[in-house]
Amino acid sequence: MTTAQTLAAGLMDYDEAIQTYDPVLGLEVHVELGTVTKMFCGCPTDFGAEPNTQICPICLALPGAMPAVNRTAVEYAIRIGLALNCEIASWCRFARKNYFYPDMPKNFQTSQYDEPIATNGYLDVKIDGQTVRVDIERAHMEEDTGKSTHVGGATGRIHGAEYSLLDYNRAGVPLVEIVTKPIVGTKALAPQVARAYVTALRDLLSSLGVSDVRMDQGSLRCDANVSLTPAGNPLFGTRTETKNVNSLRSVERAVRYEITRQAALLATGTRIVQETRHFDETTGTTSPGRSKETAEDYRYFPEPDLVPLAPEREWVEAIRASLPELPWIRRARMQADWGLTDLQMRDLLASDAVDLVAATVDAGASPAEATSWWSSYLGQQANVRGVALNELPITPAQLAAVIAKVVDGPLNTKIARQVVDGVLAGEGEPDEVIAARGLAVMSDDGALHAAVDEALAAQPAVADKIRSGKLQAVGAIVGAVMKATRGQADAAKVRQLVLSTLGVEG
Amino acid sequence: MSSVLPSEADEPGPTLTRDSVAHLAHLARLELTDAELDLYVDQLSVILHSVAAVSGVVGTKDIEPTSHAVPLTNIFREDVVRPGLSRDAALAGAPSAENGRFRVPQVLGEEQ
Repeated sequence: MTTAQTLAAGLMDYDEAIQTYDPVLGLEVHVELGTVTKMFCGCPTDFGAEPNTQICPICLALPGAMPAVNRTAVEYAIRIGLALNCEIASWCRFARKNYFYPDMPKNFQTSQYDEPIATNGYLDVKIDGQTVRVDIERAHMEEDTGKSTHVGGATGRIHGAEYSLLDYNRAGVPLVEIVTKPIVGTKALAPQVARAYVTALRDLLSSLGVSDVRMDQGSLRCDANVSLTPAGNPLFGTRTETKNVNSLRSVERAVRYEITRQAALLATGTRIVQETRHFDETTGTTSPGRSKETAEDYRYFPEPDLVPLAPEREWVEAIRASLPELPWIRRARMQADWGLTDLQMRDLLASDAVDLVAATVDAGASPAEATSWWSSYLGQQANVRGVALNELPITPAQLAAVIAKVVDGPLNTKIARQVVDGVLAGEGEPDEVIAARGLAVMSDDGALHAAVDEALAAQPAVADKIRSGKLQAVGAIVGAVMKATRGQADAAKVRQLVLSTLGVEG
Repeated sequence: MSSVLPSEADEPGPTLTRDSVAHLAHLARLELTDAELDLYVDQLSVILHSVAAVSGVVGTKDIEPTSHAVPLTNIFREDVVRPGLSRDAALAGAPSAENGRFRVPQVLGEEQ
């Protein structure tokens, strides 16, 4: 398309947009904490339960119900703050964010306003070999909202809907919202930086054990703020906030789309409207939502029903001491320890096999064997079944036990696969599968001798050929023995045995 | 939208404009007639003036606003499931329900 045509479509060519304007990003990531219960009441937080089966007077805001803070949720929030190199507030309060949508029955969402639990941190993001430091403004605690289903509208969106149906199972699930400072100077890399940041954050949160970070289930959600400023201009332009961008790829696409859309508007002298926009996964475009209410419109005030938090320093330091190794440092260490190439490591990461390999190695297997099993045979089995590797019904310990039997001799790789198949089929522990299926490399020389004798007796002509020195004929006997022993004999050993039985020099 | 409340509490004569009241009404999803708007501008202004008068007399400038009456911190609940309401019991009090969900009128604007 020519420039005129793209502008007419409401978009500017990306390269041209980047030459003309500097993008400024601000990313807000909501993470649902993996606590057993909600933020302020004892209702369970299980995903996918029948509507309105995980609710109580507190999360329904029935009169007189009083909230109480979940200690584990606060601990997780502190854990996140510390991992993001934040300062942890010595004193802070919850606040009411007042608004009148039915997704919260209270007419407000309990959040934190000017006193977040964690402030001023950073996350280093690797992109194309260079490190971009993303500064974190704050991480604050709040509660998730209920789920609305709009009925009567063609699109399922609220416009044109006749009424809405509310499921409050999610209302009150603990959330931490992590807000970056404006990310400037990324120029053409802006969409990739946005994606790399959310990816790094997801990996970090996963390693902290504070959330299952399932973007597809909404336990990790990203809102992307994008504004453009004429190249070299230090003042920020008007931003838009694209809501609920729910995959890593979408984060990148949404930012890129907003850059080209805003650039086209600015180029024609049109002002950017500060608004919330929706990302459409199918078209990769954004469309306007409601115009943004300002913070003032939410009339925040300190939540009188919850007393302030003053996390004791000993508690904070104990949490700091319990932080795990950062995922990217752990990965680099494992790659070195396991002697993997960058490509092998990337494949393991892509199939989410790193933790499984690590656990298998911890259970005694060699890194090479563990890597090979998880990335080839078990990878195929996972594909066949259409499940993730970690959903296969075999544990790293079970696999390590099978590998040990290959190393020590009783199994060869082929039989080991049959043992693994048995475990996957739910036939029990590896030893039980071996016993039940009668699997093992045949070590009983007597039985093997008998099998060889039997095969020679069955094919006397072949035996004569071998005796006369036609060694290529041995294969027929070896094949017969392997068949008779259902593949459990060691083929090389059978060959030796055939030759020695017939008195022929191998 | 400018702030509804004056920035200096002890400044005499805080003013509440008709636009401010209309905006507050919008935020509260209240539909007010012109006559009601005028009425509430006057009534709310009286309240603001009264508060400002008290602030002026008592001299609250150096006093932290009180958010909690008792000096407690760190009241926690352990992360343990407690029984809640059955769905039937929860929906029993709702004016309208459908498919196990609370049914509410369409609300203008986007959800949060």
